[in-house]
Amino acid sequence: MSSTVGPTSTLAPGEAARETLDRAALERVWSTPPGFLGWLTSASHKSVALRYIVTAFGFFALGGVLAALMRLQLTRPESRLIGPDLYNQIFTMHGSTMMFLFAVPVMEAFGIYLVPLMIGTRNVAFPRMNNFGYWIYLFGGLMLWTAFALDIGPDTGWFAYVPLSGPAYSPGKRVDIWAQLITFTEIAALVAAVELIVTTLKMRCPGMSLNRMPLFVWAMLVTAFMVIFAMPAIMVASTMLAMDRLVDTHFFNPAEGGDALLWQHLFWFFGHPEVYIIFIPATGFVSTIVSTFARRRIVGYPAMVLALIATGFLGFSLWVHHMFAVGLPQLGEAFFTAASMMIAIPSGIQVFCWLATLRGGRIVMRAPLLWALGFIALFVIGGLTGVMTAAVPLDLQLHDTYFVVAHFHYVLIGGALFPLLGAVLFWLPKMCGRMPDERLGRVSFWITFVGFNLTFFPMHLLGLGGMPRRVYTYARDAGLTTGNVVASAGAVVLTAGILVFLANVAWTLRRGAPAGDDPWGAETLEWATASPPPSYNFAYLPTVDGQAPLWSTQERPVVTGLRTDVREVLITDGVDATPDHRHRLDGASVWPFLTAVAATIGVVTALFTPWGVTIGSLLALVTLTGWFWPRGAPAHETVEQRP
Amino acid sequence: MSQRALDVSALPTIAYGPRASIWWGVLGLVAIEGSALAIVGVSYLYLRQNFVAWPPPGTPLPALGAATGDLVVLLASIVPMAIVDRLARAERRRPVAIGLGVMVLLGLASLALRALQFAGALGCRWDSHAYGSVVWTLLGMHAAHVLTSTLENALLMAVLVVGPVERKDFVDAHVNAFYWYFIAAVWVPTYALVYLAPRFL
Amino acid sequence: MSRAAIVVAAVACAACSGRMPVLDPGGPQAARIATYWWIVFWLSALILAAVVAFLLHTLAHRRVAAAPASLVEDTRVERRLALGVAAAVGLTALTLVVLLVTSVATGRALRSFGGTDPLTLEVTGYQWWWDVEYWDPVPSQRVRTANEIHIPVGRPVLVKTRSLDVIHSFWVPGLHGKKDNIPGHGSSLVLQADRAGTFIGRCAEFCGVQHAHMQLLVIADQPEVFDAWLQAQRRSAVVPTDAFARHGFDLFMTGPCALCHTVLGTPAGGRRGPDLTHLASRRTLAAGTLPNTVGHLAGWIIDPQAQKPGAQMPGNAFGADDLSALLAFLGGLS
Repeated sequence: MSSTVGPTSTLAPGEAARETLDRAALERVWSTPPGFLGWLTSASHKSVALRYIVTAFGFFALGGVLAALMRLQLTRPESRLIGPDLYNQIFTMHGSTMMFLFAVPVMEAFGIYLVPLMIGTRNVAFPRMNNFGYWIYLFGGLMLWTAFALDIGPDTGWFAYVPLSGPAYSPGKRVDIWAQLITFTEIAALVAAVELIVTTLKMRCPGMSLNRMPLFVWAMLVTAFMVIFAMPAIMVASTMLAMDRLVDTHFFNPAEGGDALLWQHLFWFFGHPEVYIIFIPATGFVSTIVSTFARRRIVGYPAMVLALIATGFLGFSLWVHHMFAVGLPQLGEAFFTAASMMIAIPSGIQVFCWLATLRGGRIVMRAPLLWALGFIALFVIGGLTGVMTAAVPLDLQLHDTYFVVAHFHYVLIGGALFPLLGAVLFWLPKMCGRMPDERLGRVSFWITFVGFNLTFFPMHLLGLGGMPRRVYTYARDAGLTTGNVVASAGAVVLTAGILVFLANVAWTLRRGAPAGDDPWGAETLEWATASPPPSYNFAYLPTVDGQAPLWSTQERPVVTGLRTDVREVLITDGVDATPDHRHRLDGASVWPFLTAVAATIGVVTALFTPWGVTIGSLLALVTLTGWFWPRGAPAHETVEQRP
Repeated sequence: MSQRALDVSALPTIAYGPRASIWWGVLGLVAIEGSALAIVGVSYLYLRQNFVAWPPPGTPLPALGAATGDLVVLLASIVPMAIVDRLARAERRRPVAIGLGVMVLLGLASLALRALQFAGALGCRWDSHAYGSVVWTLLGMHAAHVLTSTLENALLMAVLVVGPVERKDFVDAHVNAFYWYFIAAVWVPTYALVYLAPRFL
Repeated sequence: MSRAAIVVAAVACAACSGRMPVLDPGGPQAARIATYWWIVFWLSALILAAVVAFLLHTLAHRRVAAAPASLVEDTRVERRLALGVAAAVGLTALTLVVLLVTSVATGRALRSFGGTDPLTLEVTGYQWWWDVEYWDPVPSQRVRTANEIHIPVGRPVLVKTRSLDVIHSFWVPGLHGKKDNIPGHGSSLVLQADRAGTFIGRCAEFCGVQHAHMQLLVIADQPEVFDAWLQAQRRSAVVPTDAFARHGFDLFMTGPCALCHTVLGTPAGGRRGPDLTHLASRRTLAAGTLPNTVGHLAGWIIDPQAQKPGAQMPGNAFGADDLSALLAFLGGLS
């Protein structure tokens, strides 16, 4: 089970002393300051990513509580437990939290943790930006939830359709808070996306040409590109909405030439890729887990990569399938139906490649694999119902019903949460150095799997039975009671499964058996270093000469000659990863945190007056000056000439 | 060290253009801001469909004077910026600082011309109608980029004057130039859309 | 196994489709969609079964893995696996083409249905009720009602959807798919009932606080019954002669009611709420929230917010006698 082809093993025995010295120097330079200050200032991709992950799961728990409240309300017809005003806030908060504060951030956070390790470097390309992104994300989430606690949570759905969300039909601050939340999360997501793209393209260890990159890294790269081209649409749309509400512009006001459908186009041009932004990283988890426990490389690596890229492109060509009920020209309908169905082909390629990998491998059945296998079954269901809703005639019936609720929970929970939980079990040993409990891992899987299907399968039937989405109650004689009772019972089981899973994580952190470097016998570079990895990731950066470096029996040279007295990393060529130059990264700093505070003050003030934008910009100008003002670069990098 | 080592100690510590990671970071920023501007541009065309006349009755065609002056300033500014870029690669501290000073002045000139456009040339307010909303937004977004880049140039100039200067500051000047080229170039389609398109649409 | 449970549930779904309006079509449009549904459903069931069976078979016959992973691969095995993937992808593409062609064909059929002389209705969504106008070339022959649509069996009905406030979506699953009501944009659909009966419709687009209580009824009658109904709807209300009801009439006209509601043939001409000219002939109140009985109507008038929190209608503090008089007047609006 153990793999000893780690880069350090290639050093001759006489060099062990030198390595010890280098490690000590690296630790001094790369370690995060201890305590609270370190928490504010960290420039380590690992500590920021772990914070991101923990925070995202915190929001996941909050979103889950909201889901439970909705199931509670819907268990009985004509229930008066939760009134419509609160219910509408709850489902809006549930959707916004799960999409903006959990799913996207947690996937990007896994990328931020794993990508530098997988490509064999010491950190992400812009460590301070990374920290800034986290704080912006946290402050955005806190603002949203504070508003909800004060009963001014947004209440027009996570999609905030105008004119309902416009100034005439949603007075008050609720929708403004939603629009500003978008600003926050979009900044954080974009920062992480640029971070991941540049890290992936410029910091891969020597030899890791694009065609040798792990599939998870490919998945994160495609995801990051999608974020870059999808997020501007929602950024523009939410800004237009905020301006309509705050300074009386007329983008969405039909009386002055504005257009309600413009919002829908812009929102779904972001909103549909958003689903793939969540789903594609999950496929990266599955590829990694399947390959590891099938004990072989993924069948059809080039096909997998092309499928990811094709998904990335196609994801932008089918936003209109959320708008079939609007009434569109026939040719448009046919085009968007075709595009929506076409995207099933790259998804199909991936599913078939995973199945073929399992077929051709020697399967070791462990808990992470179980989650990946559950994913395959559930994702196929979600994909098939997706094809159903892509067909205009069916969509006219299914759109905005519980059938769609069922569909996208199969895609997002089955297709993204299951792989994510598998990934948590899989990489937990790397992150904390301890092994999760196998039995609890399996038990939690089966409870979750049963609970999930019990909760969401009946929703297909509720939709066919005529139950629209976003209703806070339904009539006694509507024939919807049985399905809702089953779904609510399922939610109890589902919750129990998640709780067992979390108990396993808690147990692992305290009591798990020591993991060692590579407990699963996996192939990617993160398993070539200690668990948890040291602050500098690798004493000597590795080099690779093929895919699956840890399964190679060839010994490979390691990189030497990087300075150990500053945070120096190796920048390589974007395509074939030949060494190009050495680059010093910034270290810990409090300015990113202060800049995030400045931006937050600006955004919160902008809820009340447009001057907030000015105030925030001026404050940010101060903090950014502090951020970029030079202080004490090492002597070899300063320039002697005077002006 | 062992022969099994790949020694990189001889590699340089500074690189320009696509070799530098910060260049890719700025490219990402350009992609994001370019997409955002493009989306507002598409919204402009989308909203056009809701009007019989464009601009709507009561609103004059946007006056060309200040905007065309803006176009000249921005396009002309590419030259000094390119010179700063070359000087930066040669790591010439004083000339780069002076060049950045020129760029700050040109940026301020562009912003002054932009203010004139808002004050009169557009002939409507942001809250007059959807046309007003979208042209104000297009010009405002672009002006925000000009302002940001001008502030960056000013900050970098201050760093170069006060010191201590690091070699990477010249890479910053280089990527500032890259960002400025984008801003100047993207004004061409923005100008065409806001000022020329209403004459044909 | 829970996978088996899914299959069982799918079959159960097929079995109980009689109670699901989407799969229990009452007219040709919904029937076309239901036919297409069953094509897609069975193909999907087949694909799911194949994938799950393949997966389970692979797991059941898995080789024991004692040795660590290796990069040494048997080219013959790799070829076989690659071919398998290629074949599966090819089959997927073929299936998708079939689904696409049938989808477009179904879509064309849905669009081209209509005939030359459809009954034309304009349905306007409001927060949270439906205004319905039966179109007629002669303005005086047009009929306005709310939350309840009567249609003749066997005749196409052109429904023009629009909205003057927020987006709603007109959806009667037993007769057709949905069509959005969007302010600033008109749209339409053609539906037809082939059997007499009552079809429940709902607003399908989230439209604010009381989206859940925005129903409408579509009642399909034989043509002669429908004609009689339409004729009756054209009549204006008459001022009651009975003194008690006349008192109710006065209360309606001088009180807040007339500000928002229209009763044809009387001074009441408000348009913020539903037209009440033939209120007593309808089956429900407040867009399907309550059955139209005297007791519910009384409760609704006094305290609408208790039944439908957030509704636009304010509460009314009528005394018991006044309320009875008002109810007597409203009860006469048949």
